[in-house]
Amino acid sequence: MRAKVYITPKAGILDPQGLTIERSLPALGFEGVKNVRVGKYIELELPDGEGAGEAVDKMCHKLLANPIIEDFEFELVSE
Amino acid sequence: MTDSPQTEATPVRFGVVVFPGSNCDADAYDAVSSFPGAEARYLWHKDTGLDGLDCVILPGGFSYGDYLRCGAIARFSPIMTAVRNFADAGGLVIGICNGFQILLEAGMLPGAMHQNEGLKFVCKLVNLRVENDATPFTSGYEAGQVIKIPIAHHEGNYFIDNVGLAELEANDQIVVRYCEGSGQTTAESNPNGSLGNIAGVCNREGNVFGLMPHPERVCDAVIGGTDGRGVFESIISAIAARAGAR
Repeated sequence: MRAKVYITPKAGILDPQGLTIERSLPALGFEGVKNVRVGKYIELELPDGEGAGEAVDKMCHKLLANPIIEDFEFELVSE
Repeated sequence: MTDSPQTEATPVRFGVVVFPGSNCDADAYDAVSSFPGAEARYLWHKDTGLDGLDCVILPGGFSYGDYLRCGAIARFSPIMTAVRNFADAGGLVIGICNGFQILLEAGMLPGAMHQNEGLKFVCKLVNLRVENDATPFTSGYEAGQVIKIPIAHHEGNYFIDNVGLAELEANDQIVVRYCEGSGQTTAESNPNGSLGNIAGVCNREGNVFGLMPHPERVCDAVIGGTDGRGVFESIISAIAARAGAR
């Protein structure tokens, strides 16, 4: 089983990378783009079975994300 | 009773934790070793014993390459359980730069760190205003005093939510802030976008302190300054005072 984890800065947290991209896009002719947020994508392979979702949730809380400044979502994909 | 409480018989013992990727460990070791009545020893991150130590230093560097997030992986090094127990028992713990990030990730200090607002690694001397001179790390300074200490980091942009900030302020946990030479905290004097110009905070009990600037790099005039000495002098006299009280 594969887990796809998406980590993004929480709403309201300054995201300097996102802001820089947002400011650069108009220079390339892409007007009106708002709220660019830069996050992380982590892929994990884990043993099939029950409890995978719970395990990934714990991994996110303990290590993969910093819940003070980051939100996370994940999906589980059977192969 | 004696005027110089740090007697030769009982030196103040510092432990400097070395994580894979620490690179300011030798600076910290040399700095504290330069004080009369103090001695230092290195602690490998897999060590679990802190016996006989008076103060633990988590030095700057790039623990575990700063992969994932600064300090996120170091937090789970075996020694961190011992460091937490040591702090819970009242031991003094100071985290400098990456060490500060590790303390935040470990939840031993409140808040979180993210990238500098300007997206650049910043390496320069900055002015710091001592906000709280009643901690064991800053008693050698006076509140309001401006000191010059270097910074060198890419993720020193301190963040805490409004509730946390109010608690920090109410409990006097903001220990140092970035400021102008005059002591004014301005946006221009903030090198990384840190909330409220915060450069260093302590826990509520006051025995765990984290800061982004590097006091160990300004402990000798030969290498550019001595403003950092006050941090280690404060620690040494706090420990000597404790020993005297026992």
